[in-house]
Amino acid sequence: MDHSYERTKKNKNKRQKRRKSVVLPVIIALVILFGVLFLLQRLLMPKYVDDVVEGNFVAEYYREKDKNFDVIFIGDCEVYENFSPVVLWQEHGINSYIRGSAEQYIWQSYYLLEDALRYHIPEAVVFNIQSLQFNESQSEAYNRMSIEGMRWSPSKLGAISASMTEEEHAIEYYFPILRYHSRWNELTKTDFEYMFKTKKVSHNGYFMRIDCRPAEDVPPGRPLADYTFGDKAMFYLDKIRTLCEENGIKLLFIKAPSLYPEWYPEYEEQVEAYAAKYNVPYINFLEIQDQTGVDYTTDTYDGGLHMNLSGAEKLSHYIGPVLMNMGVTDRSGDPKLQKIWEENIADYENEIHEQEAKYGITYVSPLENLQ
Amino acid sequence: MLFTSYGFIAFVAVLTLLYYLGPANFQWILLLVGSYIFYLIAGPEYIPYLLAVTLIVYFAARIIDRKLSDQDAYLKEHKKELTKEAKKEYKAAQKKKRMVFQIIAVVLCVAILALVKYANFFLANINAVLSASGQAKQLSFLTIAMPLGISFYTLQALSYLFDVSRGTIKAEKNVFKFALFVSFFPQLVQGPISRFKDLSKTLYEPHPFNRQAVAFGLQRILWGFFKKLVIADRIAPAVQTIFADVSTYSGGYAFFGMLFYTIQLYADFTGGIDITIGIAQMLGIEVAENFNLPYFSTSLKEYWRRWHITMCSWFRDYIFYPLSSSKGMQKFSKFTRNHLGQKVGRRLPVNISSFVVWFVTGMWHGASWNFIVWGLANFVILMVSEEFEPLYEKFHNRFGFAGKLPYRIFQILRTFVLICALNMFDVCKTIGETVKAFLSIFTSANWGEIGKGGLLGLGIGVSDYIVLIIGILIVFAVSLYKNKNGDIREGITGLAKPGKYAIWIVLIIVVIIFGTYGIGYDSSQFIYNQF
Repeated sequence: MDHSYERTKKNKNKRQKRRKSVVLPVIIALVILFGVLFLLQRLLMPKYVDDVVEGNFVAEYYREKDKNFDVIFIGDCEVYENFSPVVLWQEHGINSYIRGSAEQYIWQSYYLLEDALRYHIPEAVVFNIQSLQFNESQSEAYNRMSIEGMRWSPSKLGAISASMTEEEHAIEYYFPILRYHSRWNELTKTDFEYMFKTKKVSHNGYFMRIDCRPAEDVPPGRPLADYTFGDKAMFYLDKIRTLCEENGIKLLFIKAPSLYPEWYPEYEEQVEAYAAKYNVPYINFLEIQDQTGVDYTTDTYDGGLHMNLSGAEKLSHYIGPVLMNMGVTDRSGDPKLQKIWEENIADYENEIHEQEAKYGITYVSPLENLQ
Repeated sequence: MLFTSYGFIAFVAVLTLLYYLGPANFQWILLLVGSYIFYLIAGPEYIPYLLAVTLIVYFAARIIDRKLSDQDAYLKEHKKELTKEAKKEYKAAQKKKRMVFQIIAVVLCVAILALVKYANFFLANINAVLSASGQAKQLSFLTIAMPLGISFYTLQALSYLFDVSRGTIKAEKNVFKFALFVSFFPQLVQGPISRFKDLSKTLYEPHPFNRQAVAFGLQRILWGFFKKLVIADRIAPAVQTIFADVSTYSGGYAFFGMLFYTIQLYADFTGGIDITIGIAQMLGIEVAENFNLPYFSTSLKEYWRRWHITMCSWFRDYIFYPLSSSKGMQKFSKFTRNHLGQKVGRRLPVNISSFVVWFVTGMWHGASWNFIVWGLANFVILMVSEEFEPLYEKFHNRFGFAGKLPYRIFQILRTFVLICALNMFDVCKTIGETVKAFLSIFTSANWGEIGKGGLLGLGIGVSDYIVLIIGILIVFAVSLYKNKNGDIREGITGLAKPGKYAIWIVLIIVVIIFGTYGIGYDSSQFIYNQF
């Protein structure tokens, strides 16, 4: 009896040993494989630190020390190039951040807002309604720039699912190496340098350009067969509105003063009707040029598509009181925020100097005259 | 669902998991369900064709099998009473009865195939004849999409019917089991064309989880992915660019196009078959090998014993042999021997059978005159080399070439070039373009452009060529190893663990990084999927 017990025990030990000798090397091999793939993924993913920096904006938000922003701007280039949170802080003590990226579609704006609410509930949200014109994502490259920087959360999964074009696969978002594997022959020094680090490319989400290219020949908008906003776009507009309502956030719709692409009167009518129906304040900056002081000969760097710093400071100067009237708190007395903003302002001014050197111009802020 | 798509990989992963986690006795049922889901995803409209071929062949085979059993029982019962002659007469009468069912089934299956694959080809030819004779009337084309893999599963089902009819196998009683034989998803779309007696040995039996089998299967799949994604799909843009416009890309370009296509075809088809066999292996199922280092062949005849083996053996066993040994052919042989002499009389029936086989092989590959001419070109080359074999032998013996390595290498290269040339019928759109592209190799004066970087303007760049050259060298080295030592996986398994795992890790990384897939690439369908 004892012998048989001993034998059974020995056999069991042998089996366990054999299993261990098989399982352990497999686990080690898998760890090595995934480790190498992880490193390669870091190397192959675009770094967005040189020319195209827009892909870095979304991720930059998570590096903020204090995410208790009172105002969140959401939208595409019409927010991240047209409003300066530094001006809002300097003039009104508004602690704000822009969660915007290139051609950010409305569903991405929704999920980025939802994502931001995981960290803090802002007092107000400013949404630029330009993206209502799109009912489906138009470009994989823009999807990537808006979504890839998001931290993993149900919001990111939602953004992926809502954004994918027909040619895209969700798995390529989960394992970006499957998307960027072919970049092996495009790698530059930057890819190695920024494999494990990045550099700051925005100022609380604001993308600065101080150079100027006046608006001259703005092409007229071509007639459309149908001006009605699509179901999907309206569905996400409703979601943004209800998300704000549920969280007690004041919502403000804006249309930035971009001269192109064309903002059709039919678009305007629909936005005005929606805003009136749900009692959401709406500012169309295209219609209040005299009040903002935007001058398309000095305040744009690309012929009227986007504002340069001068234009962005003018718009920020205008919207500051609007936000204050909406009840946004003045945090200028908060010592912790003061310290953070001191650093932000220093970065902001440094970049102005760098760009002055780059473009060979001297930047004169319009704010002094406006005050 | 493309074999290299994420969807297919997920499908196989889930199926394999369920296969080994579920009860072993139900594994074949799971495979049947999985195979039909696979086909359903490919296109629900294709299901009726698959079902039709399955049911036609199943019932015909069952009737034939029962008639054979009845015949055996009758002969056994009346063994003593029947004379040899009576037995023969009875057998012949019975065979005729069985043949009726066999013919009905074959006609129905071939009719389905002809309708979906060849109807528009025939209509186009009729229209061409009408036009040539000055008739304004043109027939309208049918708008039927060719069901995925129909050429493959039709041949597979028919092989079963013929084998049952010959009495080499018993008919499968369980219609679902037979349906699995016809629809087994890994080989449904591009073969191999399995025989029932081989596949059924492992298809229906329970398979407990076998680590080694699963590992070998995964390795084979990985190797298939390497060939398809790293080589075939990377070289594909150059092939497409050249043969989309043979007027511009003539001469040197046509030569390289011919070479590139031959490489692409090999990597694509053998890669696909590697994936098929690997999946089956993972599930514990043995599927027939379809290739045996075809580009190491020293003659076209040898090549066709090493390339697409299951298709070639199908045409040999079910068309060539029955035709060449048929009563009609024997009578014809007797006639020709009497009138044209022993030698010619003996060869002529063989060559006629061979002609038919190659005509059908060409037709099977595609509904186009290109494929028919391709098949007949193969026939002519094979016939000529067969007829001149004694002459070659004399020549070899006279100069002592035979068996020498340099001459063997020359033979391999010669055969490879011949295959490249024949493949032009496959890759060009029309016979005219094929001839034009081929002749331009010798007549065009643009060879200088190739030396000045002309090959870089074909949609693939320097880095692609580097990957291709390294990839081809790896495949070549593995082939050499196989030729000398057998399956390389066995060799790798014998290595110490770090070395063994390192090889597979590197191969996985190479496929992921250097594979041609994802956004920016037009992932190519497997070439043989369209046949």
